[in-house]
Amino acid sequence: MKAILVIEDGTTHEGASIGKPGTTFGELVFNTSMTGYQEIFTDPSYAGQVVMLTYPLIGNYGANEVDQESFKPHIRGIVVRELCAAPNSWRQKFSLGEFLSRHEVIGMAGVDTRAVTRHIRYFGTMRCGVSTELSRRELREAVLGSPDISGQDLVGAVTTSAPYRFLYAVEDEGAGLDRVAKRWKRRVVIVDTGVKYNIPRSLIRRGCAVEVVPAKTGAEEVLARKPDGVVLANGPGDPKDAPYVIAAARDLLGKVPVMGICLGHQILALALGADTYKMKFGHRGANQPVRDVVRDRVVVTSQNHGYAVRDENLAKKGIRVSHVNVNDGTIEGIEHDGYPIISVQFHPEASPGPADSKYLFDEFMKLIDEWSG
Amino acid sequence: MPKRKDLKRVMVIGSGPIVIGQAAEFDYAGTQACKALREEGLEVILVNNNPATIMTDTDIADVVYLEPLTLPFVSEIIRKERPDGILPTLGGQTGLNLAVELAESGVLKECGVELLGTPLETIRKAEDRKLFRKLMNDIGHPVPESAIVTTIEEGKKFAGSVGFPLIVRPAFTLGGTGGGIAKDTESLERTLKRGLTMSMIGQVLLEKCVLGWKEIEYEVMRDGRDNCFIVCNMENIDPMGIHTGDSIVVAPSQTLTDKEYQLLRTASLDIIRALGIEGGCNVQFALDTDSMGYYVIEVNPRVSRSSALASKATGYPIAKVASKIAAGLTLDEIVNPVTKKTYASFEPAIDYVVVKIPRWPFDKFMFADRVLFTQMKSTGEVMSIGRTFEAALLKAVRSLEIGVTGPRLKDLELCSYMELENKLENATDERLFAVMEAFRRDMVLSDVAQITRIDPFFLGKMRNIVEKEREIAAGGVKKLTARKLREIKDFGFSDPYVASLLNVPAGEIEKLRKRHETRPAYKMVDTCAGEFEAETPYYYSSYETASEVKASGKRKIIVIGSGPIRIGQGIEFDYCSVHSVFALREEGVDAIIVNNNPETVSTDFDTADRLYFEPLTKEDVVNIFHEEKADGVVVQFGGQTAINLAGPLHREGLPILGTSFDSIDVAEDRDRFDKLLERLGIPRPPGGAVTSFDAARAVANRVGYPVVVRPSYVLGGRAMEIVHDDRELERYVSSAVLVTPEHPILVDKYLVGKEIEVDVIGDGNDFLVPGIMEHIERAGVHSGDSMAVCPPQTVPGDAVAAIVEYTGSITKALDIRGLMNIQYVLFEDSLYVLEVNPRASRTVPYLSKITGIPMIKAATKIFLGRTLKGMGLPTGVLGPTGHVAVKSPIFSFAKLIDVDIALGPEMKSTGEIMGIDYDYARALYKSLVSSGFGIPDHGAFLVTIADRDKEESLPIVEGFSRLGYKIIATGGTARFLKSRGIKAKAVNKIGESRPTILDLVYSGKVGFLLNTVSQDKAAETDGVKIRRASVELNIPCLTSLDTARALLFSLTQLNSREDKTFACLPINTYQEAIRRG
Ligand SMILES: Nc1ncnc2c1ncn2[C@@H]1O[C@H](COP(=O)(O)OP(=O)(O)O)[C@@H](O)[C@H]1O
Ligand SMILES: Nc1ncnc2c1ncn2[C@@H]1O[C@H](COP(=O)(O)OP(=O)(O)O)[C@@H](O)[C@H]1O
Ligand SMILES: [Mg+2]
Ligand SMILES: [Mg+2]
Repeated sequence: MKAILVIEDGTTHEGASIGKPGTTFGELVFNTSMTGYQEIFTDPSYAGQVVMLTYPLIGNYGANEVDQESFKPHIRGIVVRELCAAPNSWRQKFSLGEFLSRHEVIGMAGVDTRAVTRHIRYFGTMRCGVSTELSRRELREAVLGSPDISGQDLVGAVTTSAPYRFLYAVEDEGAGLDRVAKRWKRRVVIVDTGVKYNIPRSLIRRGCAVEVVPAKTGAEEVLARKPDGVVLANGPGDPKDAPYVIAAARDLLGKVPVMGICLGHQILALALGADTYKMKFGHRGANQPVRDVVRDRVVVTSQNHGYAVRDENLAKKGIRVSHVNVNDGTIEGIEHDGYPIISVQFHPEASPGPADSKYLFDEFMKLIDEWSG
Repeated sequence: MPKRKDLKRVMVIGSGPIVIGQAAEFDYAGTQACKALREEGLEVILVNNNPATIMTDTDIADVVYLEPLTLPFVSEIIRKERPDGILPTLGGQTGLNLAVELAESGVLKECGVELLGTPLETIRKAEDRKLFRKLMNDIGHPVPESAIVTTIEEGKKFAGSVGFPLIVRPAFTLGGTGGGIAKDTESLERTLKRGLTMSMIGQVLLEKCVLGWKEIEYEVMRDGRDNCFIVCNMENIDPMGIHTGDSIVVAPSQTLTDKEYQLLRTASLDIIRALGIEGGCNVQFALDTDSMGYYVIEVNPRVSRSSALASKATGYPIAKVASKIAAGLTLDEIVNPVTKKTYASFEPAIDYVVVKIPRWPFDKFMFADRVLFTQMKSTGEVMSIGRTFEAALLKAVRSLEIGVTGPRLKDLELCSYMELENKLENATDERLFAVMEAFRRDMVLSDVAQITRIDPFFLGKMRNIVEKEREIAAGGVKKLTARKLREIKDFGFSDPYVASLLNVPAGEIEKLRKRHETRPAYKMVDTCAGEFEAETPYYYSSYETASEVKASGKRKIIVIGSGPIRIGQGIEFDYCSVHSVFALREEGVDAIIVNNNPETVSTDFDTADRLYFEPLTKEDVVNIFHEEKADGVVVQFGGQTAINLAGPLHREGLPILGTSFDSIDVAEDRDRFDKLLERLGIPRPPGGAVTSFDAARAVANRVGYPVVVRPSYVLGGRAMEIVHDDRELERYVSSAVLVTPEHPILVDKYLVGKEIEVDVIGDGNDFLVPGIMEHIERAGVHSGDSMAVCPPQTVPGDAVAAIVEYTGSITKALDIRGLMNIQYVLFEDSLYVLEVNPRASRTVPYLSKITGIPMIKAATKIFLGRTLKGMGLPTGVLGPTGHVAVKSPIFSFAKLIDVDIALGPEMKSTGEIMGIDYDYARALYKSLVSSGFGIPDHGAFLVTIADRDKEESLPIVEGFSRLGYKIIATGGTARFLKSRGIKAKAVNKIGESRPTILDLVYSGKVGFLLNTVSQDKAAETDGVKIRRASVELNIPCLTSLDTARALLFSLTQLNSREDKTFACLPINTYQEAIRRG
């Protein structure tokens, strides 16, 4: 079945439908990771977005039940050059095509993804539509009428409805599910703005009892759970569209060590009085070099964000930049003069991507231990 | 960390001659390194005795030594040059080993020279099996269990503890002879028994065998501040058990989930950190196909073939960055030269698929064992880039230049099912084609997977190709709508292959494509998958929509490269292509290079103005020509690959620069060339082209035996041979050559004379012969396999005059613009022309080095209208030089089982080196030492000489005897020598009572051998065995009396002299002397 991709500015590409037929809209973004498509699709941060993968062969190793970063894909759609028809891996349970159909993801293959990527690089991220039903003209109209990524409560759409305890950790080697029978050493509450499973898993591996609470949980309620530390998780959209989390963050600061990851980092920055802005096309991939200013080291990080912390008047607010992107100099992490925080724009939990920065979880453990002891 | 202030002068060690396992990738790495170090303001001293390299150009390094890569010579250079540091990791295993030797000898300490980049301790830890295992154990990364055993019992015990299968690798047998896989106790006993006898030292390495596991490589970078990055990972399509150098490789890995990718990535970083490497390294893993289990197989603490491939696959210049790290910079300070916007501290993202296929020499070595195992056998490789795996694979196949336009070998179609299965199981160079054939015969994918152990993912892709072929064939030409045609082209098939599938003439699809305007788009290799704007124009084709080539208003010229390295077409043609590009750029013309060899300098991202990584076929070149709207094509410098394209491109209307196509055709067409020579009154060996045995016999009898015979078309049979009588001629004609009216065989009188070779540059009016090269071995030994000296030492003056005259008149008659090579034979005081190559030849870099005349640049500028005089170059023959240079061929026999090392008219060498000094004896000595004839100064000299050579050998053997060598000879030879008053100890022949000659060779008591090829079958079989034994034991073995005579000459001369020192001078000095006249 044929499908078309129409971008806000009228650019159109033809291809073949994959996953579920139909029509979908979202912000068109590209990710340059060469592995880890299943982790990407199930990362709730992509809510509201149509994801295009720059690597041309997608689905080579199928999909399985363990490489999930949430219980289902949150992407609005997918665009690839080629979807693998005959995947092979001992880890696979189904083909990616089956996976997409099962989760009703609308997508298309056969697109000159490099041309589209370059287009976005020049003109910035834009809204798009993918459809198997509409004509070019109809789809263009519909795209123009579709909502912008900011101004939507995407966090509200992906957060858990009720608090829960996270009990399992998949070992780094991914050898299977392991019940962690260790005694809990620390208690950590994660504010679920769209958390990736590998964040709680990384904490559990470090001896934390992990509770996940809905994004709208207020600071008192979080503190009432007597956490040793709080994680403001990753998540979709514009951080300013989650004012309730910003407010909660403000009230948590100074009361408990807080780790902010990605959206959580932006929220922390906003809570500390800094500003955020929308980037031209963001950072999405597994190869972003980040300098850890304190350790004077460069690590390769996994990233997925379209907004960033503005580098303005930070010192006045007691904010120090702890991490910087080596390529474009954007802020990748902050610290605070007074509050115990670790706050990074990238994903120390990796999955997908390199685990170079997982030491930040150890740092967080240290911060917790110093704070409580 | 800014550049180190204490470094001013750095020495770089090259990798020496091209051999199997060490090819052009080290010229690429070394050239990049020299450039990178000089960019940092360092003075670079380079040592490498391979004249065919770019790195040994005086404008790449500051001081260039073409001296032997041996401890004495390099120590002397160090004492003279006093570098602050030495970079050991760019010259392959040769460079690394030499650096270790230098360090251990104490010369580095003595001269205060620091090993840069990777410390000695690290090299030891990576290279020493025991230390390496211990280190891996310490950091918790598994290595396969292994043990060195000396008895069968020990072997069984080891098997008892780790289980089967085991891989058996005898220690110190080269070429992997005697190795194998033991699947059970019975086969263990069998392989061990053989292995133990084969091993010189009676040792066999047993290792847990992980045959069929995925073989994955990671290229890692680390700087002095412990920043580590992965440049690229690669997956071998041929799984564990076939050397990575012999495997079809794809980048990035295709079948690894993120969890697996990261598992091995993290391990790679752990390993480079634990080893403390500063620079680049390569880590090889075996990864289980049904668990997360893995083993570390090997670490190469240096740049390698794989790092060159990774650089070309991603655009990330590993050698350049490694050199900057050695100079003290950190990765986040080094700008990514491709994007110029990002830094070297990142991991490239790829948005295409890269496929590498090795190129094997079995077309030259009919009788070699073609089975691929843990020892590398390929001489070169091709790489291709596509947006799909299928397209990349199909491009790579047609880049191989093995006479196919698609993935189909006619021979395999005749295979029985059993034969085919055997070809699937025991991989040879044909396995890819066998897999295709299996799918064409509807073999089930899972069966093919089980037999080959190739991942079903890749097999699925290969089957896709077969299915697409069927679809095309079934559709017929009528169904080829514009849309369908684009789809087929996007899939990756070449025009001629599609035509063959449809049974239409080759030009048909081309026409259709023109009609529908179906042209490829060119995509950029930018290290970042389009995320940043890149500056470096490095392109590949795909039949997608958007082309990224930026139009240039300048004059644009395409230089055709030389493709994969193979015997007969090596690195020298890359040297030529690159120099042509440099010349074009100097003249302000946009130079565009097309090539598919990832090992080379020509495919470095900043060599040309634009690089197209594409197959070298007419279709691919024409497409690029149109995309670029280029002004001309250069075909003189890419060896036979490029010159063969002259006709097709000319007929397509592309302007061929330099010598006209018509002249090229005259030189290459036997009839036309004969007529030309006749007209010019220049003799050539009498003979003729014939189409039957009777006619061949008639010609042979007319001109008289022996004759040189060769097919004009080779069909899986032998190529050129010297035959001595009717019987041999009949065997030749009937056995392996196809003789038809379209494919005649050529029969020429064999002139046992002196072979002399010239390269000439013509500009339409004048010509320049920079040097005349006298071959040391007589005609009959291929010019590529013979030693050659320049200037000539024994060619009489009137012969030189005749050479100049003939060369001048051929140059004029063909109106040569650019380069030409002529091979002459001086026979009984007359000069004959053997062959004319209307293009740059193998010897151009060598001549350029010794004369300092930029031959390729001059030729290229002549294409643009300049003249020799206008460029201030001399004309006629370059006057005598004060120095002498001797070129020697280098062979890779150690890697090729069952190949006879005796020299003949078919080329066998893979590389060359040169020696240069102020007199012949010294230059000869250096050349011989570099080529493995560094014979001991006393000891036993074993001679077995064919009857017809006995008389001639007498003074030679006598000479060695006089020098104090103990002569040992087989029965006949010994009797002959004794009868002529030379003391010789007799030794038994093979088959006689032991100890025999073979036992003697294996005992290690023989210093060197002389063995000439016999006409007598029985003697010859023994000869082959003895010669092979010398290879296994690394004992110098002379097979030509001429080489022996040269060796004797140099030893006698040097012995008799007071002054036994050598001029250890940079090539700069010699060139300077010529420039001053
Ligand atoms: N334990 C093993 N089991 C199966 N194959 C092996 C094993 N070890 C090595 N090999 C194969 O042999 C090849 C050469 O071995 P390697 O140790 O890498 O030597 P080299 O120094 O020649 O690269 C590898 O590429 C791999 O395919
Ligand atoms: N008629 C001949 N007499 C003596 N030697 C010959 C003759 N023809 C060819 N040879 C030898 O064979 C070698 C290869 O022949 P050539 O014509 O140069 O082929 P190629 O195209 O392989 O260079 C020459 O270098 C020369 O040594
Ligand atoms: Mg290896
Ligand atoms: Mg020749």
